[in-house]
Amino acid sequence: MGVYYIFQRELRSYFQSFIAYVLIATFLVLAGFFFYTDLSMHVLWSFQKVSFNVWGDYFYDLARYGLMIIIPLLTMRLFAEEKKLGTIELLWTYPLRDWELFAGKYLAALFFLVLMLVLTLVYPTITYFLYDIDIAPIFAGYLGLFLLGSSFIACGLFISSLTENQIVAAIGTFGLLLMFWFLTWNEAVANEKAINILLNVSLFDRLLTFTKGAIDLKDIIFFFNFHGFFIFLTLLSLTTRKWRGIK
Amino acid sequence: MIQVENLTKYYGPIRGIEDITFTIDKGEVVGLLGPNGSGKTTTMRILTCFFPPTRGRALVNGYDVTKKPLEVQRHTGYFPEKAPLYPDMAVTEYLGFAASVKRVHGKKRKEQIDKAMDTCGIVESADRLIGKLSKGFRQRVCLAQALLNDPDILILDEPTIGLDPRQVVEVRKLIKSLSRERTVILCTHILPEVSETCDRVIIIHKGKLVALDTPKNLQEKIQKFTQTLFQYYGGNGGLGNELMGLRGVIKVEKKEPTFSGVQALVVQSEKDEATLRAISTFITQHGGPIMEMKKISLTLEEVFLELVTEEEL
Repeated sequence: MGVYYIFQRELRSYFQSFIAYVLIATFLVLAGFFFYTDLSMHVLWSFQKVSFNVWGDYFYDLARYGLMIIIPLLTMRLFAEEKKLGTIELLWTYPLRDWELFAGKYLAALFFLVLMLVLTLVYPTITYFLYDIDIAPIFAGYLGLFLLGSSFIACGLFISSLTENQIVAAIGTFGLLLMFWFLTWNEAVANEKAINILLNVSLFDRLLTFTKGAIDLKDIIFFFNFHGFFIFLTLLSLTTRKWRGIK
Repeated sequence: MIQVENLTKYYGPIRGIEDITFTIDKGEVVGLLGPNGSGKTTTMRILTCFFPPTRGRALVNGYDVTKKPLEVQRHTGYFPEKAPLYPDMAVTEYLGFAASVKRVHGKKRKEQIDKAMDTCGIVESADRLIGKLSKGFRQRVCLAQALLNDPDILILDEPTIGLDPRQVVEVRKLIKSLSRERTVILCTHILPEVSETCDRVIIIHKGKLVALDTPKNLQEKIQKFTQTLFQYYGGNGGLGNELMGLRGVIKVEKKEPTFSGVQALVVQSEKDEATLRAISTFITQHGGPIMEMKKISLTLEEVFLELVTEEEL
């Protein structure tokens, strides 16, 4: 029950401030741009009928230039703002468990992510009516984006729980996500053993399978583990009030 | 009802409070006093299950704060010092949210919200955004929030700070009226507030309990000697030195008289009746007829300073 009320308040707060509209608009403009450029590029280069391969770039661009910028801005306020306002102190004296507080906030951001992704479905839909394309790879790609985006949210919530400054939360989350992206860039210079380990924790390499139209259970499990790790850290960070000093 | 036994809280090596023990009965208003950083907030945060104590036990309404925090929180209303609220929500919207999270549901939810708004005098501001309200009104909204679950225990951290004098009087009246069916802990810096509203006072200093009594008893306990003001008709004020010769007189001080043609003296003396009688007889015989004789008691401020500085010496 508590989860629902927190969820409801967070959503209301998103849509009452301009944040929601600005973020959605930015994301949609970016998505439209990627769709147009990736499609034209693909048509120009391949001189062939549109095949499903075009979605790979589109999904990858949405993830690295869309979600990676939007999600930190979406999650930055979730804990940091409450800490700054002091309202979290009041919530902590209400009959509400820490996990309920976390879940409500997580689900609100997740709802937002789903909303943004659903709105971008307009591009595949247009294509579907113009050409004969496969739906399955699109489904896989969106599933990948959803899993990746929700992992970003879990990560963003943790960083937001560490600070009362929203800018710090946004930049911190962005930096961490960038790390997860860059981790495996330098395959050529990294030592082979290291790269094998790094490949195991790289978020974006997991997405690649999805963008190629494949769903691998291993990747899904990876995203679940990633979630588990950050949810654990967030709950831990919320618990520190029990032994840390009051500032 | 609140029972606290040997309550101790350490933040790492830093002491928050140590071995605090007290009991507050149902329907009592108890003032929690202490200088900044003395452990008042720590005590209140333990009682509201914000964090658990390091050692010791606290029972709120019969529930242990470490074992049954949700039960404690259901029956407690808390007003934090800074009156934190969400500026982007309307008053009713916010109270609705707070009521839901405090698990007030169904028909009771609407009733409680209306009642709390009525009690705190914010009915007219119901649809306004909290961010646009004045400080006094925000304070009231936060107080309304504390009342939503019809709590048996009300814990208020400086509820009158930042209010204008009229509002202060109103809030104090409100606290008084609320206390009839509830136990109230009132934490404040404003000492007249305590003597006005509280049945008993708890004074904490450097994390330790230094006093627990009614305001009146505290004043008497601290006061080792009696101070009496004498105003008498008399030409010269030369009585001072002569009075010093009387047994039991400790100090004589000249004061500015409040009437013309009158001398005023403040005499500090032993508490016994014989001394007082000797002083007044002496004044009547050697000075003139006494027009006023008044016992001067210590204000709570003086008691507080006395207790708090005594520790340091």
